[in-house]
Amino acid sequence: MVQPENLGRILDEHPFFAGIPGDLRALLIGCAANERFDIGQFLAREGLPSDKFYLIRAGQVAIEVDVPGKKPIILETAAEGEVIGWSWIVPPYRASFDARAQTLVRALSFDGACLRKKMEADHSLGYEVMRRFVPMMGHRLQTARMQMLDLYGPAVVKARKGKAG
Amino acid sequence: MNAHARNPAPADPMMPHPFRIERVRRELSDTFTMEMVPQSGGGFRFRPGQFNMLYVFGVGEIPISISGDPGDGAVLVHTTRAVGAVSQALDNLKAGDIVGVRGPFGSYWPVEQAFGHDLVFVAGGVGLAPLRPAIYQAMANRERFGKVVVLYGARTPADILFRKELEKWRGRFDMNVMVTVDRVAGKWNSDVGVVTNLVAKGGFDPLHATAFVCGPEVMMRYVALALEKRGVALSSVWLSMERNMKCGCGLCGHCQWGSDFVCKDGPVFRYDQIADRLSVREL
Ligand SMILES: Cc1cc2nc3c(=O)[nH]c(=O)nc-3n(C[C@H](O)[C@H](O)[C@H](O)COP(=O)(O)OP(=O)(O)OC[C@H]3O[C@@H](n4cnc5c(N)ncnc54)[C@H](O)[C@@H]3O)c2cc1C
Ligand code: FES
Repeated sequence: MVQPENLGRILDEHPFFAGIPGDLRALLIGCAANERFDIGQFLAREGLPSDKFYLIRAGQVAIEVDVPGKKPIILETAAEGEVIGWSWIVPPYRASFDARAQTLVRALSFDGACLRKKMEADHSLGYEVMRRFVPMMGHRLQTARMQMLDLYGPAVVKARKGKAG
Repeated sequence: MNAHARNPAPADPMMPHPFRIERVRRELSDTFTMEMVPQSGGGFRFRPGQFNMLYVFGVGEIPISISGDPGDGAVLVHTTRAVGAVSQALDNLKAGDIVGVRGPFGSYWPVEQAFGHDLVFVAGGVGLAPLRPAIYQAMANRERFGKVVVLYGARTPADILFRKELEKWRGRFDMNVMVTVDRVAGKWNSDVGVVTNLVAKGGFDPLHATAFVCGPEVMMRYVALALEKRGVALSSVWLSMERNMKCGCGLCGHCQWGSDFVCKDGPVFRYDQIADRLSVREL
């Protein structure tokens, strides 16, 4: 069991909650846990209850979607200093994608039910959390749209095959 | 106007010079690199970021950036993606064939102006080709820069241009290379996501950074925004623009873009001098 003061230190090392007032920081720590995932382990599974989010401290996580009969498609990766998971904000709190550890991953996780209760009771905590999540969600939406544009898409005319230097 | 980064045009800019193809290397299924030498002998000098008009006899002429080492004047190198009539005809040529070359034309990446700075290259797709000469020039003057960072985005792992070279650069202790792909199925342990994501992770000092950006125009617009968000001065960001061209040397007006001719005042522009125009659809 990691002591709250150590969780606080870990929280301070991550940029996501930088600058959060001390009393709210204590409330956050009350919902946090230190976790570790080995390669291939899932942090979240599509469609399953996912009432957590993670601040990644080390390693890389693939956000992916399973395609029956094929290899899963990786849509995005997240690494040290980044955050994954926002299903905990929106009912019914189920993951929209798989999140799989591509390397050994260390992360600080937050219990969604615990945090929602505290945010309901203390709106300044709610505000501090949401004002960090909304830009992150906006960024994810923007990058997903850019991926949809398929900017480097295939050329209009197919190249002749077979010539090599 | 890019007063600092222009080069005098060649003596008779409308006269193509015959170059013999020495070697063709297939890079990707639709992209190839040609090494050429002047048929009359001698060499070829250019500045990184400049382009040539390549003439496939009987078919037509297209602007293609030079992708070789500016320190090696013996051979002219171009990397082309076959997308239409002329580039496809170019792809059909082989070693020994002759191509008409006019150039070099246009402004260039101001590598020397960035001495003392961290140098950040951001490329998307085949946009790595016009940046490669500037990367060579930077590495030939490595001690004059802080960090040298290459951020590259491709569609899938199979679409990564100059993969071996990127891997070699990544293996150096004095260069930071990050590659991301838009999508992947199967094994891939590097980043997935758009190249703009790498700007935040790039590990350079935004207050002392110069960035050279090349890729599809939409990608460059978003990269410029990401650089601005990171704190890089807009006057330290340079982009390479593409417009349809005919003469390639400021005579016909075909490539006019606002008050500039892309062939003569560009293709490399300083971002703060074109930012307003970039978002105007009609231009
Ligand atoms: C300054 C400058 C430097 C350039 N450097 C390079 C380079 O280093 N390597 C390179 O491969 N290209 C480069 N280009 C782009 C290249 O000039 C065009 O791809 C070429 O002119 C297309 O001519 P085409 O006759 O083959 O195709 P066209 O017959 O003119 O076009 C066929 C189809 O391809 C589409 N198309 C045209 N251009 C592009 C493009 N750039 N990307 C995707 N689709 C396109 C058209 O919309 C059309 O549908 C550069 C352009 C400029 C202005
Ligand atoms: S192409 Fe003729 S002026 Fe630019």
